[in-house]
Amino acid sequence: MFRYLLAKEFKQFKRNEFLPRLVVMFPIMTMLIMPWVATLDIKNINVSVVDEDNTVTSRRLIEKIGSTQYFEIKERAITYGEALESMRFGDSDLIVNIPYCFEKDIVTGQGSNVFIAANAVNGTKGSMGSGYISQILESFSREILPEPASKNSDAVNISVISKYNPTLDYKKFMIPALMSIVVLMICGFLPALNIVSEKEIGTIEQINATPVKKWQFILAKLLPYWIIGLFVLSICFLISWIVYGFFPAGNFITLYTVTLAFIFAMSGLGILISNFSQTMQQAMLVMFFFMLVFNLMSGLFTPVSSMPEWAQWIAAFIPPKYFIEAMRGIYQMGVGFRDLIPQFIILLCFGFCFNLLAIVTYRKRS
Amino acid sequence: MMEYAIDVNNLTKKFGNFTAVDNISFNVKRGEIFGFLGANGAGKTTAMRILCGLSFPTSGKGTVAGYDIATQSENIKKSIGYMSQKFSLYDDLKVWENIRLFAGIYGVPEKEIEPRTEELLKTLDFTSERNSLVSKLPLGWKQKLAFSVAIFHNPCIVFLDEPTGGVDPETRRQFWEMIYEASDRGITVFVTTHYMDEAEYCDRVSIMVDGKIEALDTPLNLKNKFRVNSMEEVFYLLARKATRNE
Repeated sequence: MFRYLLAKEFKQFKRNEFLPRLVVMFPIMTMLIMPWVATLDIKNINVSVVDEDNTVTSRRLIEKIGSTQYFEIKERAITYGEALESMRFGDSDLIVNIPYCFEKDIVTGQGSNVFIAANAVNGTKGSMGSGYISQILESFSREILPEPASKNSDAVNISVISKYNPTLDYKKFMIPALMSIVVLMICGFLPALNIVSEKEIGTIEQINATPVKKWQFILAKLLPYWIIGLFVLSICFLISWIVYGFFPAGNFITLYTVTLAFIFAMSGLGILISNFSQTMQQAMLVMFFFMLVFNLMSGLFTPVSSMPEWAQWIAAFIPPKYFIEAMRGIYQMGVGFRDLIPQFIILLCFGFCFNLLAIVTYRKRS
Repeated sequence: MMEYAIDVNNLTKKFGNFTAVDNISFNVKRGEIFGFLGANGAGKTTAMRILCGLSFPTSGKGTVAGYDIATQSENIKKSIGYMSQKFSLYDDLKVWENIRLFAGIYGVPEKEIEPRTEELLKTLDFTSERNSLVSKLPLGWKQKLAFSVAIFHNPCIVFLDEPTGGVDPETRRQFWEMIYEASDRGITVFVTTHYMDEAEYCDRVSIMVDGKIEALDTPLNLKNKFRVNSMEEVFYLLARKATRNE
């Protein structure tokens, strides 16, 4: 009985005008576009300079700031007030105020103060910007200071090595996570929408009037999407390798095994949503809600460990959190299956709970 | 063997304060064509859904094909065919694929499906449409096909919920010929309809008004009892009493 249902699902999928294109185009577009735009690297910070000193040294400093890819000198204001005005209108993000007698104070060895004001409406941009500027100022002062002093300040040498992502490329951080989202959308939400559409058309009633068992109907809906999910993941691997030259450090068997556990969990959640939705609209709205929570709380963009404690507790119940952890671990650090057993088991547990609930709440009778 | 294909006692279905089916009792003999009539909203579809195991009764007892409607609904589903009001085949599957799907679901042996499909298509004069998508067929053809699919596995009883709604008179006549053929094969037919000429074709009919069965007899006896010439008039006399609005 089951194979007839399965054959039906595959035929319907193949004949659908939209779905086969979606499962090919969705991962391709996501992988080609999102790694470039979903970045927390701060670039092109607009700087307004108030140069009260107007000497060779102060101009050298301004030139140094403008020569990096992070800053763009947007304006040379006469007064600080004028610069503030331009920040208020959003024309500049950062004000660098070089005081009068800047050069003289440095040459005479007194030291000088450069004043920086950052627009912190976007907190990250503000703090990263002023951080970069401080670094530039520090290296600038090292360049122009007399020898003995610079030796002094270099008493402690700090050297940083970036492990696992030596070029500090934000794309490498995002790609494994984006793959998780692609798999989530395709395996979690498509089968659910498929079931709700059968409710809307009315064919589900015909099936409910037959001796088809609940688990048979649900499994027949899910199995095709599990296979499609693995296919889509493979497309993502290929793109990440060809376009970004980014190859998983860990092995593929581990990757696919953990992915299967994740697919199992998310498709169960999808079916659960479909059981409580009468129309596609309703199902979509509930999914939007889940998607929002998943995107913002799973550690996709911001680390879960920097969230408040109560939020971390909520995040602990979000399956994509574990999958994104595992994906990043495998992709960037080459973590082996043994170290991912906790994530794997948690995902399986979610899977069993969701699917069990889905079967229990699926009603053949009202 | 059980005497009745369907045997219902004091069946009631409530949705909150609304009593859709109000304490109905009736039985359907094996091999009978039973017409289940009533105005829109009289509770026909609700009652039928309970009999098919799609809905729980609020109270009352009943058996379908010898199985209890409250506790053995999955057994009932193996012994019945069901053709719902909404179109019940898959639009995006071909004619033969629909037949194969439902035959498979009802456990028709694999090697029988293929030859019996060909046979069915030949009797329906459908062989040329074997590979057409169901969505491309005219409504009348769809309904005939849906009925054939519903009885493909030789069920004990077939439930038809307004099978001829929106179908032209010629196709309706052909449809009733198919119903008679099924009945000759020993399949009990339980059919709801709005067409009173169709009511005349039934062995016995019941007429539901506001959730209750107001009359149940052969069409001939009903006409004699109400001293009228057609089932249409019988229906008007009874349906006029209805107080429930849709």
